[in-house]
Amino acid sequence: MSDTATKTAPTSEAPAERRLNMIEAINEALDVTMSRDDNIVVMGEDVGYFGGVFRCTAGLQEKYGKSRVFDTPISECGIIAAAVGMGAYGLRPVPEIQFADYIYPGLDQLISEAARLRYRSAGEYTSPMTVRSPFGGGIFGGQTHSQSPEAIFAHVSGLKTVIPATPYDAKGLLISCIEDNDPVIFFEPKRIYNGPFTGYYDKPVQPWKKFDASIVPEGHYTIPLGKARLANEGEELTILAYGTMVHVVEAVCAEKGIEADILDLRTIVPLDIEAIEESVKKTGRCLIVHEATRTAGFGAELSALVTERCFYHLEAPVERVTGFDTPYPHSLEWAYFPGPIRIGEALDKILAE
Amino acid sequence: MAARPPAEGDRNAASAGDNRPALSLHVPEPKYRPGDAVDFSHIQVPEAGAQARPDETADPKDMLDLAHDLIRVLGEDNKAHGPWDPKLDPETLRTMLGHMAMTRAFDERMFRGQRQGKTSFYMKCTGEEATSVSASMALAADDMVFPSYRQQGILIQRGYPMIEMINQIYSNRGDKLKGRQLPIMYSSREHNFFSISGNLATQTPQAVGWAMASAIKGDSRIAATWVGEGSTAEGDFHSACLFATVYNAPVILNVVNNQWAISSFSGFAGAERSTFAARGVGYGIASLRVDGNDPLGCYAAEQWAANRARANAGPTLIEFFSYRAEGHSTSDDPSGYRSAQEREEWPLGDPVMRLKNHLIAIGEWDEERQEKMDLEAAEYVKKVTKEAEANGILGHGLHHPFRTMFEDVFEELPWHLKEQSEQAIRERETKFPEGLPNEGKGA
Ligand SMILES: Cc1ncc(C[n+]2csc(CCOP(=O)(O)OP(=O)(O)O)c2C)c(N)n1
Repeated sequence: MSDTATKTAPTSEAPAERRLNMIEAINEALDVTMSRDDNIVVMGEDVGYFGGVFRCTAGLQEKYGKSRVFDTPISECGIIAAAVGMGAYGLRPVPEIQFADYIYPGLDQLISEAARLRYRSAGEYTSPMTVRSPFGGGIFGGQTHSQSPEAIFAHVSGLKTVIPATPYDAKGLLISCIEDNDPVIFFEPKRIYNGPFTGYYDKPVQPWKKFDASIVPEGHYTIPLGKARLANEGEELTILAYGTMVHVVEAVCAEKGIEADILDLRTIVPLDIEAIEESVKKTGRCLIVHEATRTAGFGAELSALVTERCFYHLEAPVERVTGFDTPYPHSLEWAYFPGPIRIGEALDKILAE
Repeated sequence: MAARPPAEGDRNAASAGDNRPALSLHVPEPKYRPGDAVDFSHIQVPEAGAQARPDETADPKDMLDLAHDLIRVLGEDNKAHGPWDPKLDPETLRTMLGHMAMTRAFDERMFRGQRQGKTSFYMKCTGEEATSVSASMALAADDMVFPSYRQQGILIQRGYPMIEMINQIYSNRGDKLKGRQLPIMYSSREHNFFSISGNLATQTPQAVGWAMASAIKGDSRIAATWVGEGSTAEGDFHSACLFATVYNAPVILNVVNNQWAISSFSGFAGAERSTFAARGVGYGIASLRVDGNDPLGCYAAEQWAANRARANAGPTLIEFFSYRAEGHSTSDDPSGYRSAQEREEWPLGDPVMRLKNHLIAIGEWDEERQEKMDLEAAEYVKKVTKEAEANGILGHGLHHPFRTMFEDVFEELPWHLKEQSEQAIRERETKFPEGLPNEGKGA
């Protein structure tokens, strides 16, 4: 496989016992970067003394003080706008939006301001912020705690959108985001904060400590933005996924005995187009899986790219498996979730061509 | 090259040198953290009955002090005092107490239900019952309410069938919202109760819009909305104030200041500098600050504001100064961020106890009747809970059929949702060829 896609976790430098879940890995990424650069500030609703409702910022206020880790008013617009101003001063703010579903009050500041500041000032001002936010369903959050709004951000010029699928990646990618000079949205798949799962609602999440991707080196390391991870290597088809869905896809392929190239995209903007192209040209088939609603989702963009670039190599139409075009329903969330059955059907269809 | 004339600007003149003091950031800190001994003596609790009651059509400029004072009716002697005494008859007071006791019994049972795994989530309003029950009693049944998520007392006061509330919380097949909303996010058009959003403060400017519509149409109904003090930080709240004042909308903006927004104390919504009632002053809105644990005070303020709106005299902003006695929700553990003593030390007491003691003090109630009422409320909730459970609990089958997931996205089902609906039904049949263990017929 290509050298553009980097392989899973590592790891000579990591002691095998040091296994973290994704929450701990995120906390460590913040800790490591804050200790190296005192321009980094962490802010958001409940992130200070309490350490965040998901505990991602636990202990940071105690360590770095209230001027660098602080609670904010419940004003997503204020949070993002203040981060724009702090960025203009020279800080590197890392705001947390408590749930991705609540990023919308801050959209104008993100879309019209943060994303375009570099462009409109011809580089005089930039917005070096990383907006962290838990996203995705699977925790019975109903229609206001489960959305995956990544496609909205992918559509905006000037924003980078990053989604880790493992603790190792979460730490390395987050460090890269914080050190990046552009505004980045870092979506944390909360369903796999504690461990990956098969996508079946009646089977529990597997604790991260059973997986190599939870071996997280101490200290500073980065994973470049725009490089996909080859989560599995195979000849039968290429599957493009990110976040929670990488794990569901892996489980389904294992269950069905399918040898697939599973590309964990890691960042959707910038996108690792080389890795995608190389893999699809090799396998001749492509399945795209995401949890967000289907229509005008990021899968549509991926499908168009694959068709444009690999048309003469394709042996079957590109397929998409996604959430449905409805809000996420509370009691039927597992019927909404693009689980093993939906993915299995699509696999059968593609492989039959 | 000729020197630039100084009139074009002298950058150095503006920078005074490097002997200026270093700036520092103020980050609010609550007075007490876990383990701290609590002393609430800094909270000004004025004498009950000491606050003037202006005419309902008064100019907001003539009542500025009421935005900083604390309107109180029930005194330490459990008697009603002063011009804000709404002079309710004993029967009405007993009804009020009954709704508050029922709300508490309901919270108790639903909280337990969540712990027993019957639903995913619940939020109590313990200690804040007066801010919904008493306020709601001062409105007409056809006034429109746009509540936040801690006003279950309004539904109980308005006689919404309790089984509907529990069906909603269990997301079962009896849930008239078809299992879509997070528990406690009720909706009842019939009871003039707007559908609750999980996104904070969004309902505030919507209530203003409803009130504007009522005025546009020459209607006589008014609107009221509730928002937490933490959520007043959202831009939506400020849009609501502005629209309300610009159009003199017949609306009541109720702010429930229960001191905490999850782990963040009210200082993060600006409470260190001003009251929440005073937010209205800058907009020219009549603004009242009320003891939120005084059921008579809550009733009186809401009634004043309703009269004002009905008289076309404009909007009112009411701050109910209260305390969130329990955790934020079933997902929250308040012992991680605040002193456990706060609840006991809260200087304004408990609204249910205060009303009970008042009724006893005026010779219209006694402990035995109270005990009997509490027991009956608990029994009633238990009975209705059983009935609701027959419709299913979350995650154990007995939910709405899968196709309903695709209804109401649009008025009519477009082709893509039709396709997706068929997919969902196919998936269910693949997973459960014999049907779900508990599920009734019909996909
Ligand atoms: C727009 C938005 N941002 C964040 C949240 C997450 N959240 C839910 S409740 C809450 C605290 C609200 O506090 P407050 O307004 O004081 O009301 P209370 O819960 O105290 O009654 C937060 C931050 C949300 N629901 N919506």
